[in-house]
Amino acid sequence: MQTYPKKRLEAFVEMPVLHRFTKLLEAEGVTGYSVMPVVSGSGSDGDWSREGSVTGAGQMVAVVCILSEETLEPLLDKAFAMLSRHMGIVSVCDCEVLRPDRF
Amino acid sequence: MGDILNLAGTNLLAPPVLFFALGFAASFARSDLEVPQAVAKALSLYLLLAIGFKGGVAVASHGIDARLAATLASGVILSALIPFIAFGSLRAFTGLPRVDAAAVAAHYGSISVVTFAAATSVLTSAGIDYEGYLVATAALMETPAIMSALLLMRGANGKEANGTSGELWREIALNGSIVVLTGAFVIGWITGPKGLAEVSAFIVDPFKGVLCLFLLDMGLVAGRGMRQSARDLTPPLFAFGIAMPLIGGVLGAFASYLVGLSPGGAALLTTLAASASYIAVPAAMRLALPEARPSIYLSLSLGITFPFNLTLGIPIYILLGNIAGG
Repeated sequence: MQTYPKKRLEAFVEMPVLHRFTKLLEAEGVTGYSVMPVVSGSGSDGDWSREGSVTGAGQMVAVVCILSEETLEPLLDKAFAMLSRHMGIVSVCDCEVLRPDRF
Repeated sequence: MGDILNLAGTNLLAPPVLFFALGFAASFARSDLEVPQAVAKALSLYLLLAIGFKGGVAVASHGIDARLAATLASGVILSALIPFIAFGSLRAFTGLPRVDAAAVAAHYGSISVVTFAAATSVLTSAGIDYEGYLVATAALMETPAIMSALLLMRGANGKEANGTSGELWREIALNGSIVVLTGAFVIGWITGPKGLAEVSAFIVDPFKGVLCLFLLDMGLVAGRGMRQSARDLTPPLFAFGIAMPLIGGVLGAFASYLVGLSPGGAALLTTLAASASYIAVPAAMRLALPEARPSIYLSLSLGITFPFNLTLGIPIYILLGNIAGG
């Protein structure tokens, strides 16, 4: 089956920043994204867990989206400006999709 | 004094405090007891709704007067002022970095609605009346402290608060807990005692039971937080977590005296000034001061000050309210 190359962006962001980040994705022309809960983890800022937080302030969520290479570059610049002071990870990898017109 | 000691003893053996202790102990014993997160959130919404609604009804019954306006103004001033005292104390005695000190200061200027709820529960059990509009004061005291923390950070090491824009303030003002508390207050105000009679079976009768369940979860959360963050809490920080609510409480009592609140109302304003936020402010700090460490500010407000206020603080604040109240 014919597949088409695209980019897959995966971002682990703090819950309070989620709304800002998804607004940025929409403003930069990303046609769709998925938000997934993350249970717990550990990193340079220490351990964290979904449990033990009264509100969502201490939680992390994962945002995944597929996008074209042209959309990716300007998005990454703006995402860096938004997220560089926060906890989290942004990674990009290559992927293949079946319906390129959707991304 | 004897009455207050009796009240302190009664408070320590009250079901909400004992459920908090149960959660705290279970967490330290590494029990698998847990309250599902969605349930805890629903309990929190219920408490905010009930407190806000009852406060609105009290204002509808009482009417608006100069004392109400003065109480609201004093709450805003306390919330804005306390962070500067907390920040100065932290910088002088704990060596905490500026950004952490500013974030902690914001927590202590803002308030804990659950501590407020526990104090109203103690007053009600003791048959002490209070001004219902203190709920509106609680809602107003949530955010000025955040503004003070951002002022404290302005220009510090070239690091401005992150996104001090209209968007940041919109996000803070629309924080779910503030929306529910304020909205329920307005609805209670509009519908008055008649509205309360219609929903009292939901809002009044189950309140204490729900508070017990919520405090069980808070005990688990506080215990877990303490276990995970114990290494970050130095003795000076621990001392700050006990001393700062007492300082805030004295300021609250003084403001109550100036405003002319009743002993019960003075106890509540004192409790508000003494309490530290762990719901609205942590979210605001993640947006505005992301470099600040949650392990410091949450451990202090939730792990030290909240248990202190719940057990020993509230009787002390009722004593201060008795002294300051007219």
